[in-house]
Amino acid sequence: MVILAETLMLAAVLLPLLAVVGILLFRRYPNIREAVSLVTAAVLFSVVLLLYLQVIGGAAVRADYLTILPGLSLSLEVRPLGLLFALIASLLWFVTILYAIGYMRAHEEENQTRFYAFFAFALAAVMGLALSENLFTLFIFYELITLGTYPLVTHAGSEKALKGGRSYLRFLLGTSIVFFLPAMIGTWFYAGTLSFTPGGVFGEEVPPLALSILLLLFVFGVGKAAVMPFHRWLPAAMVAPTPVSALLHAVAVVKAGVFTLLMVCIYLFGANTLSSLATIDYLLYLIAFGILMASIIAMQQDNLKARLAYSTVSQLGYISLGALLASSSSIAGSALHIAMHAFGKITLFFCAGAILVASHKTCVSELRGLGRQMPVTMAAFFVGSLSIIGLPPTGGMWSKWYLLLGTLERDQLVLMVVLLISSLLNIAYLLPIGVKAFFPGEPAVASVEVKEAPLPSLIAIVFTSVVCVVLFLWPQLLPFFGDFTQGIVDAPR
Amino acid sequence: MISHLPILQVVLPLLAAPACLIFVRARSIWLFTCLACLLTFGISVALFLHVSDVGPLSYEVGGWPAPWGIEYTIDSLSSYVLLLVSAIAAVVILAANSSLGPELPERQQPAFYVLFLLCLTGLLGIVATGDVFNVFVFLEVSSLATYALIALGRQRQALWAAYQYLIVGTIGASFFLVGIGFLYALTGTLNMSDLSERLVEVEQQQLLAVAFGFVVVGIALKMALLPLHGWLPNAYAFAPSIATTFLAASATKVSLYLFIRLYYGVFGAETVDALLPVSIVFLLLGIIAVLAASLVAFRQSDVKRMLAFSSIAQIGYMAVGIGVGSTLGLQASLLHLFNHAFIKGALFLAVASVVYRTGSSQIDAFRGLGYRMPWTMAGLVLASLSLIGVPLTAGFVSKWFLVLAAIESGLWVVVLIVLVGSFISLFYLWKIVELAYSKSDSEASRNEAPPLMLIALWVLVIANIYFGIDTRLTVGASASAAATLIEGAPW
Amino acid sequence: MDFFNYWVVIALMMTGLYIVMAQQNLVKKLLGLNIFQTAIFILYISVAKVLGGTAPIYTESATLYSNPLPHVLILTAIVVGIATMALALALVVRIHGAYGSIEDDEIRDRSKQ
Repeated sequence: MVILAETLMLAAVLLPLLAVVGILLFRRYPNIREAVSLVTAAVLFSVVLLLYLQVIGGAAVRADYLTILPGLSLSLEVRPLGLLFALIASLLWFVTILYAIGYMRAHEEENQTRFYAFFAFALAAVMGLALSENLFTLFIFYELITLGTYPLVTHAGSEKALKGGRSYLRFLLGTSIVFFLPAMIGTWFYAGTLSFTPGGVFGEEVPPLALSILLLLFVFGVGKAAVMPFHRWLPAAMVAPTPVSALLHAVAVVKAGVFTLLMVCIYLFGANTLSSLATIDYLLYLIAFGILMASIIAMQQDNLKARLAYSTVSQLGYISLGALLASSSSIAGSALHIAMHAFGKITLFFCAGAILVASHKTCVSELRGLGRQMPVTMAAFFVGSLSIIGLPPTGGMWSKWYLLLGTLERDQLVLMVVLLISSLLNIAYLLPIGVKAFFPGEPAVASVEVKEAPLPSLIAIVFTSVVCVVLFLWPQLLPFFGDFTQGIVDAPR
Repeated sequence: MISHLPILQVVLPLLAAPACLIFVRARSIWLFTCLACLLTFGISVALFLHVSDVGPLSYEVGGWPAPWGIEYTIDSLSSYVLLLVSAIAAVVILAANSSLGPELPERQQPAFYVLFLLCLTGLLGIVATGDVFNVFVFLEVSSLATYALIALGRQRQALWAAYQYLIVGTIGASFFLVGIGFLYALTGTLNMSDLSERLVEVEQQQLLAVAFGFVVVGIALKMALLPLHGWLPNAYAFAPSIATTFLAASATKVSLYLFIRLYYGVFGAETVDALLPVSIVFLLLGIIAVLAASLVAFRQSDVKRMLAFSSIAQIGYMAVGIGVGSTLGLQASLLHLFNHAFIKGALFLAVASVVYRTGSSQIDAFRGLGYRMPWTMAGLVLASLSLIGVPLTAGFVSKWFLVLAAIESGLWVVVLIVLVGSFISLFYLWKIVELAYSKSDSEASRNEAPPLMLIALWVLVIANIYFGIDTRLTVGASASAAATLIEGAPW
Repeated sequence: MDFFNYWVVIALMMTGLYIVMAQQNLVKKLLGLNIFQTAIFILYISVAKVLGGTAPIYTESATLYSNPLPHVLILTAIVVGIATMALALALVVRIHGAYGSIEDDEIRDRSKQ
């Protein structure tokens, strides 16, 4: 059984790479090329699901592959949190490919082969990141994600796209080189290991000052988590084609960031060490400030994708906050929010793309009354908004619930208030879009004939918005819901 | 046979240099040079294996015993650097024939190969010999060949750059000569191991300080440590591309080797630092070099010149490793010495290919090359990532050790500066990459570099990736070399 | 005046370095470089002198010789120096051909064009 699980684990990383080869081979036949992507995505999802069924009994699965330096190896291991991330990413890859087929063809984008190839490559890196056994492996895949998504961000090749890509690369590679790398080497120096260990790896003898510095370096170094003031790459990266924005900037890239933070907080520092650090409060307030600021900035954005981008910055703050609070509920909340926000935000991005393709509209103010012409899209948008805000009947409610519980467990009333205010702000900048689409108030100017988005895209949109509702009704569909934090947070050091 | 390898290592290219002139056609001379370089590389491999299995090797030239005659000694450090230099030479020479085609008239090409072999002789000699005066002679052999190599550049500025380098280089070598003159006056010996034993007994500490000062400044000039780097940008920018590739990958590295050998192996770091603040000065200069040279590199519009400034910054990294002063710091320097040779070799070779196809190394010439020369540009991107220090490349390994060394010594500021430096390198390298993959106005068809240049480039690129994944050779050799040096046992 | 030789060495070295830096004419720079190198030769030979010793040539009549090794070293250094000078002068000839001048500032101006 264990051997099979190991094979599955490796397959999860290699399958998307195989898809890259397939995509390049069939570059002259678009239909086969897209079929390769879709089939691989479906197989990948089943592989991860199988893996989940294998280890649900608690069997430990890990394997070493390459040893780069003594004690530093490329190793994979299946952990609950990583499995959750891998499941979401692989499922949403499938959905996004479906969406992209409609979008890219309707939009008549160039270089589609390159697009699908790097898409698959990025997914391979995400899988590797999710299944990393140690921080070193994670770091490698973290960098590979950045490099693999850069060609996607600059896909259009225009001056604006290049500028966005430049900022994307500078922020992500820059923070990882200047902060993340020394944090990792420092951890290696003080702890002597980079393996993710429940309860943390630092001994009693490590000076608290060094730990504080390391934590600071980690929080700012994981640029993908978009902690202010290193969030600027996210809005800049919105120059990418919408499917890229959807999967990579609502799911894979940003979630890779907060996933890394979660892993660092839980498995390297450990809840006990983390809450004993003197600097933790300042960091928490900084992140809380970032949550509010991002929400306020989002309100002022008229460009729909920019508004969604800032909303993402704010929502990522929730997850980082939960990770740093490091109570059992807040960790659960963060993990859940990775899932819930993924489905909610991808729905919103899908809708934004569908609107762009169908009506060539990019601004919030132009969307008034669009519900008549694109009822399905705008309804899905409404559901997605609800999930981001955290209102029933959508899954977003559960993660916010746990996060609020987490603030209470740590007696952080200020943070609780911040979370609540931010939710109000979410309502203010998201709900009116959906409402005004259906109830424009004054009669909308019927300008051009607008139809719904292409069929594959529409299927994707409906699917993700339905999942948002399903996750409200049956949250236990998510692996380890509720009890998976046991044995992680309270593990003895 | 093994016992004669140390001298063969040096004599083989030395004899091959005049032997080139037996042939008439440039192409046959090139083939002959390739053969000589391959044999030299083979010898260095044999030496490396022998030293790592059995231990240091010593050779008495002409059969004269050590303190009187000239002794060649190959220990873990020198075999490591010999391997590097001869490997670079063997790879670079592969591309030489193609690359020289448009850059040098056919009748001048024989001169290039002769000078190349002489330069190689000098560099290998510096590393192999155990006698400080012999070092001076080889230093001048390699320098004279280098001046002439630079002067072969096709623009007239090449002559001017060569002249300037000649003046500065001769002053540097003369400083070195004055330094060893003082050392000889104080100890009565020129043999390195003998010297290190007798230096301890020297009583005139002031004179000793003067001697160290002259030697250190002389070598710092040759290795282009800021602020003594002035000669390097012009020299690299105007020399024939293939000469630049070889020099950038090997010449400054050998000077650094010489410094490490003398500072740690012969003088003893503690002895020197008691008299002169060498390690602190190296740390400070290294930091300034990393930041300043990287920033200047960003502003260059000629890619060769940009990479030249980047080299000055990278020398800064190696100086920082020495300045940190620990075994780990020295190991980091030695690792970067090795890895950077492959990184810069690959980068300059990619530029050489571009010069071959477009006739220019200006940054504008790179527009759209990603589609016209996909393999060359892919190599350039990978080598750039290695220079930036992305994991799974060689550059990451040396950066890892440098940061680890700084953290070990509690120098967090140094950590930050070192990393900011590599962040800036992302800025200037990506300028090229971005242009290469942006659409060009003229829809020129695919026009890849000649196959031999491509092979040489990809050998270097694959070496970059290989040494980023399998680090046993580099880390092992640098660790044992650093340990022997720090413990003060010179050989 | 025990260290007369060494004072001469220092004076010559400084003179040579000054000429290299201050002169505009490329040939004059080389002359300065030559003086600088000659100073070093004198340094080595002064070191080798043993008081009362004769030249290091074996004869029946002498018992005390000066140290022959530095002489040999300096022979080598002189050869190196000549090689450098030959190369440098050749470069100056080529520079004159390419730029039409051997004045530092004029060449700098023309390099920029």
